[in-house]
Amino acid sequence: MFSAGLALFYGVVEVGRNWLGPFTPHVEISRRLSALPVYAGYSLLRIALAYVLSLLFAITYGYIAAYRPRAERFMIPLLDVLQSIPVLSFLPGVMLAMAALFPGRQIGVEMGAVLLIFTGQVWNMAFSFYASLKSIPREMREAATIYRFNWWQRFIQIELPFSTIGLVWNSMMSVAGAWFFLMACEQFSDFRLPGLGSYLQAAADDGDTRSILLGVLTMVAVIVLIDQFVWRPVIAWAEKFKMEQVESASVPTSWVLDFLQRSRGVALFRKRAIRPLSERMVHYFAGHQEVRAETERESATMSWVARIAGSVALLAIGYAVVRVVMILTGLHGADFRQIGIGLAATFLRVNLTLVLGALWTIPVGVAIGFNPRLARIAQPLAQIAASVPATALFPVVLLVLIRLGGGLGVGSIVLLLLGTQWYILFNVIAGAIAIPTDLKEAANVFGIRGWECWRKLILPGIFPFLVTGLITASGGAWNASIVAEYFRFKGQTYSTVGVGALISSATEAKNFDLLLVSTIALAAVVVTTNRLVWRRLYRLAETRYKLES
Amino acid sequence: MSDPIIRAQAVEKFYLQPDGNRIEVIAPVDLDVEPGEIITLLGPSGCGKSTLLRILTGLSKPSSGEVLWHGHPITSQNAGVAIVFQSFALFPWLTVLDNVEAPLEARGVPALERHKRALRILDTVGLDGFESAYPKELSGGMKQRVGFARAMVVEPEVLFMDEPFSALDVLTAENLRNELLELWLSKKMPTSAIFIVTHNIEEAVLLADRVIVLGRNPARVRADFPIELSHPRDRKSDRFVELVDYIYKIMTQPDLALAAPGATAATHKPVRQKYQMIPHARVGGITGLLELLQDRGGKEDLYRLAEVLIMDAEDLLPIVEASVMLGFATLKEGDVEITPEGVQFAEAGILERKILFRNAALKHIVILQQIDSVLHAKADRSISQEFFYDILDEHFSQDEVERQFETAMNWGRYAEIFDFDRESHRLTLAEPVGEPHPPTTTPVQL
Repeated sequence: MFSAGLALFYGVVEVGRNWLGPFTPHVEISRRLSALPVYAGYSLLRIALAYVLSLLFAITYGYIAAYRPRAERFMIPLLDVLQSIPVLSFLPGVMLAMAALFPGRQIGVEMGAVLLIFTGQVWNMAFSFYASLKSIPREMREAATIYRFNWWQRFIQIELPFSTIGLVWNSMMSVAGAWFFLMACEQFSDFRLPGLGSYLQAAADDGDTRSILLGVLTMVAVIVLIDQFVWRPVIAWAEKFKMEQVESASVPTSWVLDFLQRSRGVALFRKRAIRPLSERMVHYFAGHQEVRAETERESATMSWVARIAGSVALLAIGYAVVRVVMILTGLHGADFRQIGIGLAATFLRVNLTLVLGALWTIPVGVAIGFNPRLARIAQPLAQIAASVPATALFPVVLLVLIRLGGGLGVGSIVLLLLGTQWYILFNVIAGAIAIPTDLKEAANVFGIRGWECWRKLILPGIFPFLVTGLITASGGAWNASIVAEYFRFKGQTYSTVGVGALISSATEAKNFDLLLVSTIALAAVVVTTNRLVWRRLYRLAETRYKLES
Repeated sequence: MSDPIIRAQAVEKFYLQPDGNRIEVIAPVDLDVEPGEIITLLGPSGCGKSTLLRILTGLSKPSSGEVLWHGHPITSQNAGVAIVFQSFALFPWLTVLDNVEAPLEARGVPALERHKRALRILDTVGLDGFESAYPKELSGGMKQRVGFARAMVVEPEVLFMDEPFSALDVLTAENLRNELLELWLSKKMPTSAIFIVTHNIEEAVLLADRVIVLGRNPARVRADFPIELSHPRDRKSDRFVELVDYIYKIMTQPDLALAAPGATAATHKPVRQKYQMIPHARVGGITGLLELLQDRGGKEDLYRLAEVLIMDAEDLLPIVEASVMLGFATLKEGDVEITPEGVQFAEAGILERKILFRNAALKHIVILQQIDSVLHAKADRSISQEFFYDILDEHFSQDEVERQFETAMNWGRYAEIFDFDRESHRLTLAEPVGEPHPPTTTPVQL
């Protein structure tokens, strides 16, 4: 206990010294083995901070959207748009702004990284919380009203428990995505941050294979440890929040959770600290509930606050629109041509990646899904492979590509594939598993085999899952294109034609007008394809290809 | 009679359509809940029973009229009520004990006393030893006991129950009903009145001191009378059967003028019939009923029919009403009798039945007539479902529009009046274009 406390204290002091210390534009990345745990710690800290921020924001946002119909009308469509904006194109801007906010301090850049990771992971969590709140059964709400639950009790005993499972799964997805952004942030050339990402890049810069391997191993180890010590226990614990009427046969378990639940120290903590505290809260709110009229007046002032905030936001948006229009009129025809060509190239590249990804993952995923024994071996392996963020591997892959003599034209597709194929694979596996045995048996009995079987049973069966996987993969690929199409490596710049490269090079050249316009164009294309293609496919999957009991 | 605990004065519920049209769900209702009685509220499905319950508890506000709690306007804060829900509405992440303690916690009862009171109530409902279980470990009957315990622990003056037994199997429901009565009769319950919403006629007669029957579209009080039978009540006794039969009669004859024994009968004018409302019965159910009637000599008592089919009124009545509406059966004094058309239908083969059904549907069912004539008038013989939603919207609430349309689709497709494509939301004429009206014998399109 004591040594743990000491270690914690040391960690806080060390982080504080580094963050509040003077800004060092070019951090020397040490490649000693002993430095790796420290770098892993820094990376982990950034993710943890960003996650806590995201959780708080997601709950607030979801809560307001669910209970204020007037806010809901614009908050939910806004969420939809925010979700499709490629976060990485803001990387340079945010970093510059944050560095300017805290001149001469490391903390500015650190905050920039945390902010970017936050924007990468918060939206799906907010949406999940909102959707959970909206689906709380009516009778459960009525029970809460008739038994006079106060605000706190509603939140702790109904709203939070009801949304726990959705929040847990979305948190896992978000944190997995956070590694991707974190690596990109740490590798960002102007403000290098000490962390696993910069370690890997430095190692690749020098062509140091041993360090690359060690770095990747550390990363896998960290991810596996998080899985074992955070996600497994949380999933096993969240099982009790399932809205099921009967207990299900197979329940997720976790040895860490078992250990914690049996531990006397935890039990004591609950009895001594948590119980009395919750008792206090409940009494506080039970006492305050009687004063109804006051709350109503309060909500009146609240609505004034909301109105003022709304008008300020409107003004800000109006100003931004005017600025964008001014920038647009200031751009040359050549710039627009460049953006158009870039968009087309990236569009082709992203969709080629999806096709290539689907081509190998569909047969493999179906094979795994149909064969439980294979699944038992292959699924954990694939999970580990998928857990390594593609951005961490970019320098390594680039190193190999350059040695082989391939350009970034082919290379970027490999890089995109690296990041997005897993979404498709896991969804296909899930879809293949979900095809009911009786349908498979029926196909067998009627002699439906080979291509016929794929056409009549397997492809329609996995269709909803495939669409879900492709949607996620497409979003990921667009985002990754910003780092995949343009890469600085060993002091040399590798790039190919594409809107991602355009964004990166505009940043490099500090051409912020071009950066802004290409980012907006990119976001517009992503939102439009989502609306026109993916949304429709998804609806088709939901209606015609849904397997209902 | 002492002062009522709850007094509803001309409470009414309606929705305003965007075009200013008013969809009335509950017609003005006056109702008192007096201390010392079990009231059961009966009515066909979807008639607004549950809405009325929610208005009486202060959970939802009436569109007009007023609910008084001991003479003061009711709110969810001042009403000493509790509700037992059909779906139990327990919190699955709380143990049985925590579920029962939660309402006390909300009232700021200190931990120790909370614990004692909850344990005492759990003991009363027979859940001793299940305190630390989670709801999902319990059977349906046990779960509803937790629901009872949670309701009684706040010592409500009026205990409301919204179809408390209908999610349970027959035996469990019977057992729980008896236990409830026992608690009530032995005065072990800390409540002075119970208000039960149900669609089960026997249940109502078994439990109630006073039965209120609601009519449909909009809901209005059709009958309100006391039941003076002493407990325990014998289901086979003449008076019991008579009462059940009487209620069946009320529920199947919407326009019957009532003069029940001791009833403060509702003397509302029969509401002007705005638009034909089709009962929610499937073709398979109608066919089955007609076949059964034919087998049993063409005439049967509704009450007996429900017994033979082991169906309650909620499920049986729509099927009977549909058969009557289609002219396949008649209903008189609680007896169903098959008509010559019904006999013909019951004896016909698969394809012939479709023709007979089609003829009957086009003769009697307004919405199907409309669909048929609109489709014939259109050049491309097809039309969007929205068109009919708009027609129905003028007369029914949102949910009811959905149900009306669903049923119309079920009947119309069976009768091959039209095809319905769920993806394009379009109705198309089923028969080849240009063919004369009386139908073809094309086989079923699957």
